[in-house]
Amino acid sequence: MAPRKSLAVRVLESTPRAGWLALGAFSLLFLGVLPALHLFTPAASRLHVSDLVITVGGKIMCYAVVAVALDLVWGYAGILSLGHGLFFALGGYAFGMYLMRSIGHEGVYQSDLPDFMVFLDWKKYPWFWTGTDHFLWALALVLVVPALLAFVFGLFAFSSRVRGVYLSIITQALTYAGMLFFFRNETGFGGNNGFTDFKRVLGFPITAPSTRAVLFMLSAALLGGTLVLGRYLVTSRVGRVLAAIRDEEPRVRFLGYDPLWYKLFVWTLSATLCAAAGALYVPQVGIINPSEMSPANSIEIAIWVAFGGRGTLVGPVLGASLVNLAKSWFTVAFPEVWPFFLGLLFILITLLLPRGVVGLATRLRRPRRPA
Amino acid sequence: MRRPIQASIGALLATALHLAPAPARAEETIKVGVLHSLSGTMAISETALKDVALMTFEEINASGGVLGKKLEPVVVDPASNWPLFAEKARQLITQDKVAVVFGCWTSVSRKSVLPVFKELNGVLFYPVQYEGEELERNVFYTGAAPNQQAIPAVEYLMSKEGGGAKRFFLLGTDYVYPRTTNKILRAFLKSKNVADADIEEVYTPFGHSDYQTIVANIKKFAAGGKTAVISTINGDSNVPFYKELGNAGLKATSVPVVAFSVGEEELRGIDTKPLVGHLAAWNYFMSLKNKDNESFIAKYRAYAKKKGLPNAAKVVTNDPMEATYVGIHMWKQAVEKAGSTDPDKVIAAVGGQTFHAPSGFVLTMDATNHHLHKPVYIGEVRSDGQFSVVWKTKAPVRAQPWSPFIPGNETKQGL
Amino acid sequence: MRSLRPLLLALALLPSPRASGLDAAAVEGLGAEDSEEKIAAIRALVREGDPATLGLLKALSEEALAVSGGRVLRLDGERAFDAATGAEVVPAPPDRETVTVNNRVRRELEGAMAALRLLDPDPGVRLTAARELGDADDPELAPLLERALARETQADVRSILSLIAARSNLHSPDPSVRRGAVRALASSSDRAVVGLLQGSLDAAAEPDGGVREEARASLRLVESRLAAADVAGRLFSGISLGSILLLAALGLAITYGVMGVINMAHGELLMVGAYSAYVVQEAFARFFPHATEWYPVAAIPVGFGAAFAVGIAMERTVIRLLYGRPLETLLATWGLSLVLIQCARTFFGPNNVQVPNPSWMSGGIALAAGIVLPSNRIVIIAFSLGVLAVVWILLNRTRLGLFVRAVTQNRAMAGCVGVPTGRVDAMAFGLGAGIAGLGGVALSQIANVGPEMGQGYIVDSFLVVVLGGVGQLAGAVWAALALGVASKFLEASAGAVIAKILLLGIVVVVIRKRPQGLFAPKGRTAEG
Repeated sequence: MAPRKSLAVRVLESTPRAGWLALGAFSLLFLGVLPALHLFTPAASRLHVSDLVITVGGKIMCYAVVAVALDLVWGYAGILSLGHGLFFALGGYAFGMYLMRSIGHEGVYQSDLPDFMVFLDWKKYPWFWTGTDHFLWALALVLVVPALLAFVFGLFAFSSRVRGVYLSIITQALTYAGMLFFFRNETGFGGNNGFTDFKRVLGFPITAPSTRAVLFMLSAALLGGTLVLGRYLVTSRVGRVLAAIRDEEPRVRFLGYDPLWYKLFVWTLSATLCAAAGALYVPQVGIINPSEMSPANSIEIAIWVAFGGRGTLVGPVLGASLVNLAKSWFTVAFPEVWPFFLGLLFILITLLLPRGVVGLATRLRRPRRPA
Repeated sequence: MRRPIQASIGALLATALHLAPAPARAEETIKVGVLHSLSGTMAISETALKDVALMTFEEINASGGVLGKKLEPVVVDPASNWPLFAEKARQLITQDKVAVVFGCWTSVSRKSVLPVFKELNGVLFYPVQYEGEELERNVFYTGAAPNQQAIPAVEYLMSKEGGGAKRFFLLGTDYVYPRTTNKILRAFLKSKNVADADIEEVYTPFGHSDYQTIVANIKKFAAGGKTAVISTINGDSNVPFYKELGNAGLKATSVPVVAFSVGEEELRGIDTKPLVGHLAAWNYFMSLKNKDNESFIAKYRAYAKKKGLPNAAKVVTNDPMEATYVGIHMWKQAVEKAGSTDPDKVIAAVGGQTFHAPSGFVLTMDATNHHLHKPVYIGEVRSDGQFSVVWKTKAPVRAQPWSPFIPGNETKQGL
Repeated sequence: MRSLRPLLLALALLPSPRASGLDAAAVEGLGAEDSEEKIAAIRALVREGDPATLGLLKALSEEALAVSGGRVLRLDGERAFDAATGAEVVPAPPDRETVTVNNRVRRELEGAMAALRLLDPDPGVRLTAARELGDADDPELAPLLERALARETQADVRSILSLIAARSNLHSPDPSVRRGAVRALASSSDRAVVGLLQGSLDAAAEPDGGVREEARASLRLVESRLAAADVAGRLFSGISLGSILLLAALGLAITYGVMGVINMAHGELLMVGAYSAYVVQEAFARFFPHATEWYPVAAIPVGFGAAFAVGIAMERTVIRLLYGRPLETLLATWGLSLVLIQCARTFFGPNNVQVPNPSWMSGGIALAAGIVLPSNRIVIIAFSLGVLAVVWILLNRTRLGLFVRAVTQNRAMAGCVGVPTGRVDAMAFGLGAGIAGLGGVALSQIANVGPEMGQGYIVDSFLVVVLGGVGQLAGAVWAALALGVASKFLEASAGAVIAKILLLGIVVVVIRKRPQGLFAPKGRTAEG
């Protein structure tokens, strides 16, 4: 047998050359050109990239990461989660705690505690806030807590062989319960107001163009990294087993593999990616609130993946971008009736493009061969 | 194979946003933004505000516009999604270059757009009653602060005329407005020597619709003495609450309920016969009889009919709508006084503006605290869904956005 | 009820009502601006004792009195009568201003009218009046109540009056009277009595030891009665919630069982039913105003039909094309739900619309201890049982039902033996949609009717389906009941939010034990 190639080589080989080229182009654009145009051109110039573009672009890239994460579990392992928004929001909340601590005394009440704790008459931080004024600890919370929750839930759900619709429904129940829990003011996360009014991150003012540009670049880097990681995963042996689980789980079991650990692995990984995206999302958007955990939000994530093309990794990026752009456009062009158009779009896409936008592109690209 | 697609879409994304509708710089119009949810949970309340705003713009344009230029409204729908509020606000200011924004309803939406207005030096007129504890240079608050709504209502309930309540059941939806208002009310009640055992505070989640248990608890609590319920339940949940009250036989004469978020609009969706006698406190009621109000209602009804709004014949006006109307006119007056739409000049000119409001009084925008001096009306629900006024202040009351009942507020007053 | 004292004292002193006319000055006082004057006028009128007083006070409470030119008029439609003399005033003065009443005056009026009615010849009237006096505990009432008791022949009125008398007697100076009062109060199921009896437990307030003993025994009895009533009330709430969940989820259980389709637009089918009820109610109000009481009966077929039609339309245009792809169906139906919500918003406006309960569904049945079982919920429970019965008959006694069950159990085999699965799909979907429409009609009576009303029921409906399994109807019934009752009992101890979260946790645990639900379809597959 040939010696196993080194990790670097395997990662390099997992993505085709065209993919690396595209990734390079993407990096150039999003890690170089756009931030530069934002920071170094005067505001009036035609070439200037406005802060609207940077913030909305960063937000969409975070959404794209979540979509790819969902594609990993849905497109490649067959688990339709309608509750992924929970992990996204938890990552956002964890980082949000750090941002709230960074406000210091500049809140409305000029106290050590965040404003919402002041109006609840609390005198000190609850135990789960300890250490959140340290960036590294907050980062650890972002990566560990959602992953832990996902692991426990996954262990619980997958070991019981709950599948299909039932699994999707209980993921809905999970995120709904999370939303209700966080809506309570007593829970200690700001209730319906959530966290807002951030002033700085790591000492840099949060509204400064340079901070925005850095967050934008980090989002782009996360997206690029997620795609590379995803591509490596799905072309590896683990990825093959996952695809088999998606297609025919009982057979996989008969062949001697235990689907539980594979599913758990990709599920936890997906949750961690969502959480990281959430952590980058919150400083760019300026607010985190329990409605991010609403069941509707999680369903929308699934819509992005289906729209773009399930099981293609790139499709979800397209889906997330196009749907959110469409929403932004519709809510301005037809503010009174935009849900009508968005709904129609979803129906038509699912009917006419069962493999999503990517499926359409591949169909167009492949010439029809005579029978 | 598929990566190029992604890269090109990415580029498309960037250019699309960048080159998105660059407004043709028409010199004859002033753009004004309307930032209200037209879909989602808040659409019920906010759509009417959008309609009133558009009507007022039309009215102003018909009488010559502002500084000789017509007002051009830019309406966006943030869909009851708080991050979208911030994004749309930024879009309105930087892309559409509006001179002023009239919008927001929930405190969350206002708090999420505040950083945007502060950063971009925009001007926001916020027309809804709220919990106070805020004072921003870039915002003008045309709705009631707690001392212009909640406190007078409780004082009325404690008075002989209002039933002489001794025990208070504070029922609210779980978010900042009820929490802060109840905190202020608790301190106020304590200052009036009401014992802690005579106050009960209960919160329900948003969209809660099953009030059987809570109404049963209210009955239990009321057995201990003359009780009044102070309801800060948010919009939609009021309907099942009132229905449950009616069915359980809790009449207003034994346990009066005063609500701060129930107006004519909310009553449109309820059968009001079992609710006769329950109260609401506002700075305006549609049933007020004065010339300004009559013409305001007539104008709005005509506008609704003209635009074919659903149920045009039965449209009602309410406090936030009146506050929107007043706010727009005050902004217009400020622009004319300042001679320009530049935000800094307008902000300086709004203080001190006065207006003959449909509430029957002349409202003044306070020079230092960006709030209106407003009259307070307490009304009882009538069987036709309107309110009959049972108490009112003699003159407009100055707002205290920093409630004196919250410790630490003594040092903050004006800007 | 301090305000009642002068009134009832006055009544007690009357040998019989005088037959002279109403005192003009008192009547004029009714039209005064000030509440104090109005209240004084009411008391004066009661003291006079004229038989017309009750009618006049009733008119005042209904805001049928008006003032014009200093004179108080009673309005009847467009005609006006002088309130003091009863003579008609022709023409009715156009500048009249209605006399308004606020809560304080209304309370006084209610007390006055109840007091007047206590001596009414009709026992039903006396009963209602006695109930309204329920929380009086003033010792000065004792003479009047004794008099009324002495005259009273009706048993139920007697018992209420004696309880009221007992409460007054609690403060009597004579310990044996107090002991009798405490013993009598043991049969009360009024919550306020608990506070009163607790007052009698305290040695400082109640010097007599024997009375304290009796009070303790009575208190135990009353409290256990109240606790039982509480549980009954909670059980009823739970069943009521369960019946609503059942109506909401039954249709979904059928569609999912037959087609495996997750219909995210299910909530909107509920909305269609609710809006149908609204439209029917409006139509009745406009075209058949004399029959508005019965609009719910007409709304049932309309609601079913409308939702059925929408369901069939959805199935033919979208869902059938996605046959075999349940997850795509989920997404497409999500889009459909957006479209339906927007249609409702455009057509009916974004606001909630009012669907008033007919009078036979308003109010409630008052049980002991202040527990009221609202009539509309009772009707809805009965209605859901009716729907359940009809669906059972449909599924178990008709050919269509046979096919539906066959396809649910094993689609492939059913197809092999000749069941037209395509047509069965369509009919099942329509049926499920129609049932959702019926659920919407029921919901219109207790909840908000607005474009987004369905969104609040989706998660709950899914939980019922998932918990109950799709093997039999019983699954949905048990799941709905269990969720409803558990929810209410948890809510009483833990508050609404925690209750909901715990409930979701419980469902997740149950699913783990029985992944196909409580009533899974029989048979074995490799999935276990």
